[in-house]
Amino acid sequence: MQDLTARVSSELRDLRSRLRAVPVTLRQRWRRSLQLRVTATTVLVCGIVVVVIGLILLTQIRDQILQVKTRAAIAQSQNGLRYAESQLAAVDPINGDDVRTTLDRTRQQLTERGGPAGLFYVVLFARSGADSIPVAEFNALAVSVPASLRAEVQGGVQSYQLATVDIGDGAPVTSLLVGSPIPSGIGDFELYYLFPLDQEETSLGLIQGTIVLSGLALVVLVGAIGAAVARRVVRPVRDAARTAERLASGRLAERMKVRGEDDLAVLATSFNDMAASLQLQIRQLEQLSRLQQRFTSDVSHELRTPLTTVRMAADLLYASRGDFPAAVARSTELLQAEVNRFEALLNDLLEISRYDAGAAVLEAERTDLRALVDRVCMATHSIAARQGSELVVAAGGPAVVAEVDPRRVERIVRNLVINAVEHGEGLPVEIAVAGDEHAAAITVRDHGIGLRPGEAVQVFSRFWRADPSRSKGLGGTGLGLSISLEDARVHGGWLQAWGEHGRGAQFRLTVPIRSGVELTHSPLPLVPEPLVTAAERS
Amino acid sequence: MRGRVLVVDDDPALAEMLGIVLRGEGYEPSFVADGIRALSAFHDVRPDLVLLDLMLPGASGIDVCRAIRAESVVPIVMLTAKSDTIDIVLGLESGADDYVVKPFKAKELIARVRAQLRRGESEQAESLSIGDLVIDVLGHQVARDGEPIGLTPLEFDLLVALARKPRQVFTREALLEQVWGYRHAADTRLVNVHVQRLRSKVELDPENPTVVLTVRGVGYRAGSQ
Repeated sequence: MQDLTARVSSELRDLRSRLRAVPVTLRQRWRRSLQLRVTATTVLVCGIVVVVIGLILLTQIRDQILQVKTRAAIAQSQNGLRYAESQLAAVDPINGDDVRTTLDRTRQQLTERGGPAGLFYVVLFARSGADSIPVAEFNALAVSVPASLRAEVQGGVQSYQLATVDIGDGAPVTSLLVGSPIPSGIGDFELYYLFPLDQEETSLGLIQGTIVLSGLALVVLVGAIGAAVARRVVRPVRDAARTAERLASGRLAERMKVRGEDDLAVLATSFNDMAASLQLQIRQLEQLSRLQQRFTSDVSHELRTPLTTVRMAADLLYASRGDFPAAVARSTELLQAEVNRFEALLNDLLEISRYDAGAAVLEAERTDLRALVDRVCMATHSIAARQGSELVVAAGGPAVVAEVDPRRVERIVRNLVINAVEHGEGLPVEIAVAGDEHAAAITVRDHGIGLRPGEAVQVFSRFWRADPSRSKGLGGTGLGLSISLEDARVHGGWLQAWGEHGRGAQFRLTVPIRSGVELTHSPLPLVPEPLVTAAERS
Repeated sequence: MRGRVLVVDDDPALAEMLGIVLRGEGYEPSFVADGIRALSAFHDVRPDLVLLDLMLPGASGIDVCRAIRAESVVPIVMLTAKSDTIDIVLGLESGADDYVVKPFKAKELIARVRAQLRRGESEQAESLSIGDLVIDVLGHQVARDGEPIGLTPLEFDLLVALARKPRQVFTREALLEQVWGYRHAADTRLVNVHVQRLRSKVELDPENPTVVLTVRGVGYRAGSQ
């Protein structure tokens, strides 16, 4: 039961959010779909045109019908007027009853006459002073003759007017009324013809319906045609967009279909030509880069065999250097040392070429970074001692375990420590390790001459040296930090440098705790804390 | 003479230098420069150890390695210019016992050669058992139900090392030191590949080993009787 309630409420929430999303999606579709916009615009423009034309047409037809009707009505009324005039002229003016009877008879005669103007009613008024006596088939007819028309007629002018008249069956009908004064010697008389226009209204309604219907059909048809045309145009454009996306994602063999010979076919053909040319160029570049990487790797490998021979020869000479004269003995030592350097350089070159070729494989495993740092310090302790530097590892804290390739991280830390010792001018080198639930960091700080502005980035360049005039110290290859940077990158980590002239430098390695997670922060600051506070205080 | 070494290398300078170093250490080197003649030279010289360059004209070092291993258990040490995993594993799988990566130091090479040639020296007569196997250490014999199983000296040493301390779990590093004679950390792939080779010979079902057991995250130990 509770389950059901929960489900219903969740579905309601779902529905509500979907409803709220409707205007958004509609707006989105409007913005994104050319086809929708073209169709809507076509329908709108076509609709306006149809409405305007329909209105003009309807007005004209209406006017025409009315004109014909009016002409016929006036003719009829003229005819009737002559008859009524003749009837009244024959009346003896002494007897009032006679006038009344004559009027009744005349009205009946006129009504029965009929004519081309169709059905009509006749109303007569006999006026004496302010009173007027209506003579009509039924009373409502006399009442419905509008006062404005009567005023004109009483002024002695024949006139006509449109008015809504109740002709007895309850429903008021728009009618044409034609009124004329009857010239007579025995008093003032008015003759009104009343033509109900219901027939005309009906046919006008029919015409109107037809116009609206055909207008609607036209709009729908034009809309459909617009949509179809837009679709024909938009489809290849969408195809092109899709194909371009696929090309961009590296599927270089992707092409558009070419149909016919029209403008769209030209688009497709040009697009395909562009894709083919791109593909060719990228292939050439790839091949070139592959060749180059292959070459670097081959050179490194090929150099190894003669280097082995040289090395063994140097070892042999070095082992028996005591038997040589001083100059030869020293030369042997130099040979031995330089062969070692040469080998280190070759190894670094090979490593870099492996990175350049994208052939570096991360062998990540859970590693305690504190233990790793301790290991590196043990291994580099004697080198540091020779330079007079002490390696100080910040004490305490729990183990920092991260998913890293221990071989690579060890290489980074070793590089950083040796680099710090080399530039540390005999002052202590401080190493710190920290971690939180997302990232782990190792910093290596020296108190040497530091870095000049801009050098914090340059230090990672291949074969870059801080000061060309300075001795090469521990004989690094100039590739150490470049390789370390690549090592950090392959972990999805950061390797950054900070330094100030005369205040030493600090390098910070940050790696995600779990491999593949993107870094957002580092548990250790890049700029050493005492310096930050000192700068803020001053 | 401490032993005959056949050097299979196409680089004359390196071969000569290897000769100088080996002679200096009291070994008797012979040379062959290509893969095709390597096997016949092996038959003529009957060396105690083969130093084999992986990159050779004619037949590749891997093929030569397989051919020698097919008929002999003599120790093979590869010389390789490639430190890429795949090449080293391929070399070890085709039967090499150890390898050195160019450019190596003379001392490093001699240490490898010595470690391989030391096998089988000064062993005491003892009989060990591991799984359902019986090992005659002095006679270099391993048998299951009286049926002898042919092992290379290295595989034999690996098996003996595990059998001598049946309750101990050996890390790969410990085995490297004890069987290969590495003093400092070396490539643990050596252990992995040779354990696989050993299993393929001594296990009834190499997929479900009963003689050499894997202890996940640590290393290997002997299977109980």
